[in-house]
Amino acid sequence: MLLYIAKRLVLVVPVVFAVALVCFLLVHIAPGDPLVSVLPPDASQALAEQMRKAYGFDRPLPVQFGIWVWNAVNGNLGTSIASGRSVTEEVMRAVGNTVMLAVFASLIGFVFGVMFGFLAGYFRDTWVDKLVTTISITGVSMPHYWLGMVLVIVFSVQLGWLPAVGAGPGGWAWDWEHFQYLVLPAVTMSVIPMGIITRTVRALVGDLLSQEFVLALRAKGLTERRVFVHVAKNAAPTAIAVMGLQLGYLLGGSILIETVFSWPGTGFLLNSAIFQRDLPLLQGTILVLALFFVFLNLVVDVIQAAIDPRIKRA
Amino acid sequence: MSAVAEDLVHIAAVEKARGYWATVFRRLSRDPVSMACATVILLIALAALFAPYLNLADPYQGSMIRRLRWIGTPGYPLGSDELGRDMVARLIYGGRLSLFLGLAPVVIAFCIGTTLGVAAGYLGGFVNQAIMRTVDVFYAFPSVLLAIAISGALGAGILNSIVSLTIVFIPPIVRVSESVTTSVRGLDFVDAARASGAGPFTIMRVHVLGNVLGPIFVYSTSLISVCMILAAGLSFLGLGTKPPEPEWGLMLNTLRTAIYVNPWVAALPGAMIFIVSICFNLLSDGMRSAMDVRS
Repeated sequence: MLLYIAKRLVLVVPVVFAVALVCFLLVHIAPGDPLVSVLPPDASQALAEQMRKAYGFDRPLPVQFGIWVWNAVNGNLGTSIASGRSVTEEVMRAVGNTVMLAVFASLIGFVFGVMFGFLAGYFRDTWVDKLVTTISITGVSMPHYWLGMVLVIVFSVQLGWLPAVGAGPGGWAWDWEHFQYLVLPAVTMSVIPMGIITRTVRALVGDLLSQEFVLALRAKGLTERRVFVHVAKNAAPTAIAVMGLQLGYLLGGSILIETVFSWPGTGFLLNSAIFQRDLPLLQGTILVLALFFVFLNLVVDVIQAAIDPRIKRA
Repeated sequence: MSAVAEDLVHIAAVEKARGYWATVFRRLSRDPVSMACATVILLIALAALFAPYLNLADPYQGSMIRRLRWIGTPGYPLGSDELGRDMVARLIYGGRLSLFLGLAPVVIAFCIGTTLGVAAGYLGGFVNQAIMRTVDVFYAFPSVLLAIAISGALGAGILNSIVSLTIVFIPPIVRVSESVTTSVRGLDFVDAARASGAGPFTIMRVHVLGNVLGPIFVYSTSLISVCMILAAGLSFLGLGTKPPEPEWGLMLNTLRTAIYVNPWVAALPGAMIFIVSICFNLLSDGMRSAMDVRS
């Protein structure tokens, strides 16, 4: 097991390097001067030079990349051009909110997805299956930012039950005061992973139930409950892989939902970075989110290998 | 002797089976759900295309005193937006850009992705490694993040959002086409073609492509729905179309401020995105099962 983890870790190094390179190059495909947002249009040539030097934009690209990677490894993602604050600090402050939202959303999505998927898989081609399939295809086709708006219209504007935007009165505590702000964005975000996990689990369970080992288990007289355990265990590795991927998508793809609900997470940060053309902040936020994603994939691989010994040998 | 030959020819003509694509199309046309979805998409697309001939109000002409009319107001069957423009006209005209932005990236990515994937799968070796490892890098980013990051760096604009969405959809198409090509290249008919003197380019174009295009095509159609949602999402963030151009995502964004005044009019553009996206999804599912020869 340890050997497997070590092997996977070694494989991650080039991926991380490539991810850093893409994040770095993003800034340089951007048209125009990266300092355009802070320099007044009538700034003197000397001032522009001085600023460029201060941010290190005057050096050759490979050198800039080297310095940026070295600093990033040491936890320094540079300085935000718009606010002048440390990018690392800004991202770390926002990332907690995003993770909380994504974890809640995936909990909702995973629980309902697995439940619906099993139901549809067990009752293939009955009305249960048709209903579940309809729900899941609706979830997958839903523009989630629109669903967020509709939920706000119903539950905030019309019924007045839940707050429409924001993350509540600062900090986090386990009470309704804080929790009510999380409900709508988390439910909105859970719809897509729910649909996808329902589809996956339904296909897996349907497939497993038609295999011969299930027949054998039933033939030797196991109760339906014991059979269910066998099926669940066989469906788990693939289901977990999909779930890990979905959690990663939620972490990186929350920008639309965070914009709808003005949720102070990384998506919100990304949004302001884009519109203020704050390239170090953009670079840093994307890097952190992408690294989260790579790390999640690694964890998923390890968990999969722990459940299913066949994967380790491959 | 010649009678026997004639007989053979005759029998062959009678037993000529329907072609693969004709069979698929026949099966698809017998699926009511797929046909309903195709009809809805076709109607919306035709309405958008021939919008100028539909005798609609001017989608750019607003009126400060007729802002945010309710659905069903005389003269405004679907209400009016925050600048007093007719929603029916804007939703229909909006279909032009929204459908274009949802389809164009997938079509371009389909062409580029299939080329790269078939080349990687057939040629193998160094070419395969170079293409597939590059694709792996893009898999390290969640797709929404990648699309927004590239659009954000390039700046707002229709062309930039097409470019960024195309980049997002190339990697999955390359992966699918590489894997189907790899499974086809070892088959006997490819060896036969090579033995008869065909070069790699001819084999790829004639023998491999004909056999892998179906699965790649179906997979690509399943991306259209995602692309519609993402493209409208980019406009929703202000990264795609610019006002006053009618486009569903952008309309949703500008109407967001109106949810306290006239919520259901504000939700209309999103409903359009949803309808088109679910129709493309169902149609793609229908196509998949129509092409599944086993069932």
